[in-house]
Amino acid sequence: MSDLQQLYQTIILEHSKARNGAVDLTPLAEAVALGAASGLRVAESHQINTTCGDEVTLRVSLGAGASAETDGADSAGGAETAANAIVADLVWAGEGCSISQASASILTDTLRGLSVTESRALLDNFREMLRSRGKIEPDEEILGDAAAFGGVSRYPARVKCAMLPWVAFEAALIEAESR
Amino acid sequence: MTSFAPSSAATPPGTPAAGSQHPELAPLTNIDVERIRNDFPVLHQTVNGHPLTYLDSGATSQNPISVMEAEQEYYEQRNAAVHRGAHTLAVEATEGFEAAREKVAAFVGAQTDEIVWTSNATEAINLLAYSFSNASLGLGGPAARRFSLGAGDEIVVTEMEHHANLIPWQQLALRTGATLRFIPVRDDGTLDLLAAANIVGPHTRLLAFTHGSNVTGTLNPVAELVALARKVGALVVLDACQTVPHLPVDVAALDVDFAMFSGHKMLGPTGIGVLYGKTDLLADMPPFLTGGSMITTVNMQTAEFLAPPQRFEAGTQRISQAIALAAAVDYLRETGMDRVAAWEAQLGQRLVAGLAEIPGVRLLGPGLGVERLGLAAVDVAGVHAHDVGQFLDDAGIAVRVGHHCAQPLHRRLGVTASTRASTYLYNTTDEVDLFLATLAEVAPFFGVSTGVRR
Repeated sequence: MSDLQQLYQTIILEHSKARNGAVDLTPLAEAVALGAASGLRVAESHQINTTCGDEVTLRVSLGAGASAETDGADSAGGAETAANAIVADLVWAGEGCSISQASASILTDTLRGLSVTESRALLDNFREMLRSRGKIEPDEEILGDAAAFGGVSRYPARVKCAMLPWVAFEAALIEAESR
Repeated sequence: MTSFAPSSAATPPGTPAAGSQHPELAPLTNIDVERIRNDFPVLHQTVNGHPLTYLDSGATSQNPISVMEAEQEYYEQRNAAVHRGAHTLAVEATEGFEAAREKVAAFVGAQTDEIVWTSNATEAINLLAYSFSNASLGLGGPAARRFSLGAGDEIVVTEMEHHANLIPWQQLALRTGATLRFIPVRDDGTLDLLAAANIVGPHTRLLAFTHGSNVTGTLNPVAELVALARKVGALVVLDACQTVPHLPVDVAALDVDFAMFSGHKMLGPTGIGVLYGKTDLLADMPPFLTGGSMITTVNMQTAEFLAPPQRFEAGTQRISQAIALAAAVDYLRETGMDRVAAWEAQLGQRLVAGLAEIPGVRLLGPGLGVERLGLAAVDVAGVHAHDVGQFLDDAGIAVRVGHHCAQPLHRRLGVTASTRASTYLYNTTDEVDLFLATLAEVAPFFGVSTGVRR
């Protein structure tokens, strides 16, 4: 495979067209209210890559984790449930290059259903790999399909494209946790 | 050194102004261009296993050896602060710095004192905007009142401006209470001149527009727009960043009040830009940046300022850059701006003709047969500009991708980003053809069906 084919692996090109999780976002206030009614904490983050104008708005719905049930309290779980919370749903809207679009699509598939702790660990691993300038081989065991972005780390100018939805996820997560 | 490569020959006094004509020299051909390329070391390299094809001169141009030598020679032989000190080096540095001003002035048909050095064209526009802002606060006394703006006054720009010729005016409007209006762009990427005639009206104090679009390559009708401004007594600011490097430009003949261009887009170094202003206007303008080198008498509470251009050149100047820019001007005028323009017009037409043959590729702006700069920006259906640029880079082809600092124009044309190839005097027809052939492979690589050939 040439470097270019490494960068644009089939799975990336497929995801850039499939755009899993991409929706027409409803107004945030509505989603927050709707989520609250079913015990979900909803938040979103809008990120722009100023070099190219790519943008993504990623919306996270956090659900109570398994141990939260044992807590008994209905909504006062707060700090206790935060660590065990589950990324119940992820949706996004945006436009940009194939790398950023595929990254949002793969992020949605990869992180949906993970616990907050697991998703953070995966995010850290992804970021470290991307910033390694090709020095760190992606770990497929940990990253799953997101390992396909290993080729991107050799193109410093494109790392931002791949990171864009993940940065949005990180910010939305913090916001959701504070709700 | 080729027959076009300038030596250190000084421009003789009385040399005809802008648009140095070379009727004795035949139009440029690929053979001439190959010789020109020998003067540009950076072009002779391999990128990603392919010879570099540099098609991003609209963003920044490359430097001939003579320009780099001029800068080095200055540092080796004459480096000193200008307009200060009486020692020999200081005198030589000052002479070189001022000779550069004279040369650049002659190149664009200006008087020497009408040329103000800035760090880049963006700073030149900001210099105007902040000077007018200061005038609006009453600085500069009664003479500066002609530049003062307030509620009810209008600044007019166009929808095709580079952000550098938009945001400083937005900010000036915010600071002064003036209103910013714009001349819209039509679907074909040209200005709506009918609308312009209504927008430029009795409240218009300033009309700022680009000579040539850095996205569509369109050349705007300067005379027509100047006439609109004159009718209502508005000042005219011409962004000449994309034209001074590529066409013979005579600011006096164009009768604009102000114009600006940047050194690095015309074979010069970065860090040097040029503001042109008519003598009587510069004379009445309050300064923007203040400090050393721009004053006469200084007291603890007040200061008197020098006449232009020094009034606008506070602090230690961009000396080596100005001297190197003069070497770039030598190179261009010895090649002949009319020949450069003709060659690039040919490359520009070749670009748009070839683009029309590639399925799924949409050219932004006017097509074949319409006068244009030697550049073209396109949208490739189904493939983001960044991906197009990456694919081209893999083939050693350097182009610009994104919004090229013109978001409103892209929005108007219905795209968020585009891919732009821009040529200069050192580009061959083979390079244009290689770009076209490689661009045609983009959609298949990304698995985008281009459907019916349009």
